[in-house]
Amino acid sequence: MRKSVLIVEDEPFILEALSFLLKRERLKVSTFTDGKGCVEYIQSTKPDLVILDMMLPNRSGMQILEDLRAMDAFTSLPVLMLTAKGQKKDRAAAEQAGVSLFMTKPFANKEIIQNVHRLLGK
Amino acid sequence: MLSFNILVAICLIYVTMLFIVAAIAEQSALKNKLNFLHSPIVYTLSISVYCTAWTFYGAVGSAARNGLEFLTIYLGPTLVFIGWWWLLRKLVRIGNTQRITSIADLISSRYGKSNLLAVVVTLLAVIGSTPYIALQLQSLSLSFAVFTQTNANAPSPAITAFLIAMGLAAFTVVFGTRNLDANERHHGVVTAIALEAIVKLVALLAVGIFVVWFVADGPSEVLINAEKMLPEATGAFTPRWVTLTFLSATAIICLPRMFQVVVVESDAEKHLATASWAFPLYLFLMCLFVVPIAVTGLEILPEGSNPDLFVLTIPLAMGQESLAALAFLGGFSSATSMVIVAAIALSTMVSNHIVLPLWLRRTQARNPESDDVRSILLRSRRISIVGILGLGYLYYQFTGGTSALASIGLIAFLGVAQVLPALLFGLFWRNASRSGALAGILVGFTVWAYTLFLPSFDGSFILSSETLQSGLFGLSTLRPQALFGINISDPLVHAVFWSISLNMLAFITLSLTTTPKPLENLQALQFINVFGRSSQHHMLSQISTSEDLFVLAQRIVGRAQAGRLFEEKAREQGKLYGLPDPTSEFIVTLEREFAGSVGAATAHAMMGQISGRETVSVEELIAVADETAQVMEYSARLEKQSKELAATAKELRRANDKLTKLSQQKDDFLSQVSHELRTPMTSIRSFSAILMSNDDVDRKQFARFSSIINDESQRLTRILDDILDLSFLESGKVKLNLHRKNLGEMLEQSIISSRSSFNASKVDIRLSEATSDIILLTDADRLTQVFINLISNAIKYNDKPKPIIKLDVDEQPNGVIVTVSDNGPGIPEGDSEIIFEKFSKLSSGGALSGVGLGLSICAEILRNLGGSISFIPSRSGATFEVWIPTKT
Repeated sequence: MRKSVLIVEDEPFILEALSFLLKRERLKVSTFTDGKGCVEYIQSTKPDLVILDMMLPNRSGMQILEDLRAMDAFTSLPVLMLTAKGQKKDRAAAEQAGVSLFMTKPFANKEIIQNVHRLLGK
Repeated sequence: MLSFNILVAICLIYVTMLFIVAAIAEQSALKNKLNFLHSPIVYTLSISVYCTAWTFYGAVGSAARNGLEFLTIYLGPTLVFIGWWWLLRKLVRIGNTQRITSIADLISSRYGKSNLLAVVVTLLAVIGSTPYIALQLQSLSLSFAVFTQTNANAPSPAITAFLIAMGLAAFTVVFGTRNLDANERHHGVVTAIALEAIVKLVALLAVGIFVVWFVADGPSEVLINAEKMLPEATGAFTPRWVTLTFLSATAIICLPRMFQVVVVESDAEKHLATASWAFPLYLFLMCLFVVPIAVTGLEILPEGSNPDLFVLTIPLAMGQESLAALAFLGGFSSATSMVIVAAIALSTMVSNHIVLPLWLRRTQARNPESDDVRSILLRSRRISIVGILGLGYLYYQFTGGTSALASIGLIAFLGVAQVLPALLFGLFWRNASRSGALAGILVGFTVWAYTLFLPSFDGSFILSSETLQSGLFGLSTLRPQALFGINISDPLVHAVFWSISLNMLAFITLSLTTTPKPLENLQALQFINVFGRSSQHHMLSQISTSEDLFVLAQRIVGRAQAGRLFEEKAREQGKLYGLPDPTSEFIVTLEREFAGSVGAATAHAMMGQISGRETVSVEELIAVADETAQVMEYSARLEKQSKELAATAKELRRANDKLTKLSQQKDDFLSQVSHELRTPMTSIRSFSAILMSNDDVDRKQFARFSSIINDESQRLTRILDDILDLSFLESGKVKLNLHRKNLGEMLEQSIISSRSSFNASKVDIRLSEATSDIILLTDADRLTQVFINLISNAIKYNDKPKPIIKLDVDEQPNGVIVTVSDNGPGIPEGDSEIIFEKFSKLSSGGALSGVGLGLSICAEILRNLGGSISFIPSRSGATFEVWIPTKT
């Protein structure tokens, strides 16, 4: 059974790059580009991992994370958060909210692939 | 037999001598000579004004009638002087420090300077003293009558009494109202009275010695006769004895004339030390021969002779006319000295507390400066003296010769004694109040009048004999001489018991239930602690309570500070809880602490008040006023400074707010810049890494990824350009390149430029007519940049199949408005306010959204050109209006 990864990202090129990289790792990849409706989408698709951009239209990645952690089903769902705003307080806030891993953009392909595997428990 | 004329001559000579003595004393007092005038002996002798004609003649009469009972009249004052000298000392000290002029003044002063109380006490004193004056007039006229029994030409006793009254009035007016000394001291009168005291003592002793050794055969025979002749004396400590002793003791303090000589005329407190033994000695000598004279008189004189006149009639019967004349002078002295002093004391009270207040009230309405107060006071005092003596004479006329007069002395005593509770409690009890004093005196006076004074007329005056028998309204409980059914056989004892008891009951009840005014409290403390000044610290700790001090401290230095001070002190005193003891040291510390807050004088005055330490003197009040002025000036200065500070603080706060906002904006800007730069960099890095790995990337993918890298690199460059451009524009260092340029040309160039960069040939861009002749003096490149930006946005965000962009030019008197509108998706309502902010991305931006700096740059350019850009809300598409001022 292939693991499924959801990428939530509004920048089309970054989304494309991540999709390419993860598909090459033989993972089932789905994408979502808006903050609005993201939580509901995760509830219906139940991915094994979510890569979550912090800056999203309508609803920030941080709010989505908080919503997820408040639900019994997703308290331990691995969430890898990405941000282009490398501020320390964002990392602290994310960790407080229960992020599994926090990475800043730009990222190294190898590194993000390794971390995805690790979070998926391989 | 001495003729009436000789007697009158003797009297006149005697009176002239008194005048001379008084005048000399007055003169030397003014020059401060003749120190013996200020001696304690003169003081003691002047106190002997207590021994009136009633004592001089009456004691013998009393002994003849009632045995040893007369002794009580001497016993009371003796007990007071020997046992209660400290009470007298306190009175004298208060009299001196408070400048007391009479007993009415003392009581009024003690109870918050109440004039009502002064008037009541004055009236009481007048009512109580008038019978007494009448008594003196009677004894004088009787003694005259003794000598003139056989003389048909002699005037009637009434005329004699009238002449005597007039003569005494003249003497009193001359020496009693010579000057208006603040202390109301009358050196001349006092000296004359001291002389009279000697005369009456010598006279009585001479008669006594004559009686014992020349009439009888020495003391032993007198004693034998005494047992035989004297009525069975009721034993000591019977109710009547105690009552009489109490009354006479009260009289020495409360009678206006006694108060006058003991307190008002007192020169020095230390004289009391002498008086405390010398006056009892004087009294002892005065009563030494009373019994022998009485006994001898009863034995040798015919049955029915008036024992009140034995002092005169025994020498006359024995043919000793000169001794009789001396005895007469003694009686004359006793009567005159009493009348003079009483008239002075009463006139002072009447004029100070009744006449002057009335006069002041009247003149206030009229013209206050029309008369000199001094002359008014003197005049009123003189009229009062004449009035009082006139009253005494009228009373004598009214009751003259009746037996009522004989017992009137004691009745009058009790009337005046009603001020005793108010006086004594006032000296020692802090809570004694004005209402209490007033109520006590009125109740006592009423009971006195009802139970003793009115019944003394035996039903002929106001109270009918029927009422006397069965009580008021027929109620047996209200029988005047057996109140509440308690039967006390002696009316005097009954009256003393009820009047003083009810007086005290009313006094204490009201004192406990009413709250005194501040002035009353202040006066109370000054009276009670009159000795506080000398032993300041001692008194302090006694009077002030820790609670009082704590309340005061809280008010002055604040709750927290006061709490800290008291806690510290309590710990120092080894107390684990509660307030510290008000030790004098602590009080001094507190005062110092308060001085820091309210100034030394105020602190001192406050502490003085709360601890009952001493008077607030005029100097202290002035100091308080000075301090207040200083504090007010200081506080005005502080207020000004604090206003300035507040203004500065406000400015600083505003600047700080501005800086904080700017700093926040800078942080946000950097954060945004970071985000904007990192986003394309992320794509570039990721795709270039994919290409580099070169594993399973097919050609199509290779081309795609390379193109993304290229586009994102360009985007990166554009962002950096925009950021630099914007920061340059914002810095205000832009150098504008101003030229005259046709607006139409600029717009056409912008359209071409926009089209080419977006490869948008199918977009319909419509430029309005009549723009060719508008020439602007402006920076053409910058303005073109604005137009390109607006047109590019309109192209970029337009998702319609047939995009239309309209450019309209509206020429205004002082500028041009260029409107750029499209038929695109427009701008969501909530976003229209933020579009000119840096990095503002529209919520529905989607993939095509730009960097978010374009409109910010437009706004900055127009700001530099002196124009403006605004978003015009419309139903479809987006409309921007650019305002460019015309430069001439």
